[in-house]
Amino acid sequence: MSLNNPPMTPAQESKRNFLKYILSGGLVALTGSILYPIFAYLRPPKQREVVVSSVKAGKLSEIEKESGQIIKFGNKPVILIRTASGDLRAFDATCTHLDCTVQFRKDMGMIWCACHNGKYDLSGRNVAGPPPRPLDEYRVVVQGEEVFVSKKL
Amino acid sequence: MITLWKKFYNWIDERVELENLVEFMGKKYVPVHRHSIWYYFGGVSLFLFIIQVVTGILLLLYYKSGEESAFESIHYLMSKVQFGWLIRSIHSWAANLFILAAMIHMFSVFFEKAYRKPREITWITGMLMFFLALGFGFSGYLLPWNELAFFATKVGTDIAGVVPFVGKPILEFLRGGEDVTGATLSRFFGFHVAVFPGIFTVLLGIHLILVQRQGMSEPLGIEHGKELKTMPFFPNFLLRDLLLWLLVLNIIAILAVFFPWELGKKADAFTPAPAGIKPEWYFMFMFQTLKYIPAKVLFIDGEILGIMFFGIAGLLWLLVPFWDKSSARGQQSRFLYYIGLLVVFYIILFTIIGWLA
Repeated sequence: MSLNNPPMTPAQESKRNFLKYILSGGLVALTGSILYPIFAYLRPPKQREVVVSSVKAGKLSEIEKESGQIIKFGNKPVILIRTASGDLRAFDATCTHLDCTVQFRKDMGMIWCACHNGKYDLSGRNVAGPPPRPLDEYRVVVQGEEVFVSKKL
Repeated sequence: MITLWKKFYNWIDERVELENLVEFMGKKYVPVHRHSIWYYFGGVSLFLFIIQVVTGILLLLYYKSGEESAFESIHYLMSKVQFGWLIRSIHSWAANLFILAAMIHMFSVFFEKAYRKPREITWITGMLMFFLALGFGFSGYLLPWNELAFFATKVGTDIAGVVPFVGKPILEFLRGGEDVTGATLSRFFGFHVAVFPGIFTVLLGIHLILVQRQGMSEPLGIEHGKELKTMPFFPNFLLRDLLLWLLVLNIIAILAVFFPWELGKKADAFTPAPAGIKPEWYFMFMFQTLKYIPAKVLFIDGEILGIMFFGIAGLLWLLVPFWDKSSARGQQSRFLYYIGLLVVFYIILFTIIGWLA
């Protein structure tokens, strides 16, 4: 290679190439074996979802007309709405835009997201602002006095 | 005293030969012209960073990361610890002023074309530090674990999540899971007090060494003119610097005492986002832009469009020394001048609209 060295014989050359491949291959393997565990470590393990099929939301007599409240559905917020006519409806309370939690606005008669002024009607349809999709609907069942909210199948 | 100092100096000098360094500092001059005032904002940013390091370390002595302890520890800090409210207020105010000073510094360098050859690396390291400063702001905002911070983090990380292909892994990496939880708080705490300061210090070192080594940039028009007036850096400019730092320290003290930073309500995943929720002012123009982009433009999601727009704009801004050919030749580019004005105008206008909305 350098001027002082005599030219390499083919045998020397192949020996040198062999070492080059071994060393660079080793370097790649070393880098990989350091980086792989690090990147794997950075990924949080999958949490087992809390399996909830139905939650008790309260007593019918305690839920006012024209009101909305957030209830815990496992670890997800769900909004339970009672319309002026007394209908009960429940939707996923997570805004389909950027993950904020929505609220019922009596003055608008709508479901509203404070973060980016997204609006949904009381059927969960995105009617104004940036939300790209309607809110997922949940099923509301009234058994006697008790109100239950469950996932739609 | 003098002899003791002399002895100490000689002791060091014998071992590391300070002569060259002293000579170098004696020869350092700062150009004097009508744009000289802009030279001070880098120093002000540095001073504010030092304040952040000192108050940040002090806050660490009481802060307890964790869903059940973060908010409580800040509450304790502000109500029980002597001057706890002051330290936290200074940290919050200085953080905002730091970003403001860095912005002024950045735009002045942009308009003076100080990024042109041979100072491209200084510009790049400065810009990277600016992006890190935004990261510091975003991660530090969550640490008190209050309602506003909780939703700000939800929105901010969700925006990262809409980037095609890499978005989902980035979102999970940032949140430490699918939702914003205590795991997110742990990660943000780590970024804020270990990862970012480490990277920032390296960049700052390179940035400052380059400024020393290359000296101050001179504005384009003046360069070819007559002999420029100068001022010795040591002690003339340094003393002016220190005086300004003292002024800044007073401003921070006034802000921290008369407008102490609020703690707000503790984060709760089962309350709606509060009405009037707003991001910090330095994210406002982006937040406000996102409000105006419709949900779908043709077949592309509005958010993706917004992110792509700011991503590409940020990248072009970062790389400006490499595509601004005219300033490299020593000419002022009209086009870039108007672009710069447009950017400043856009940021100011959208920030105001966001505040009034």
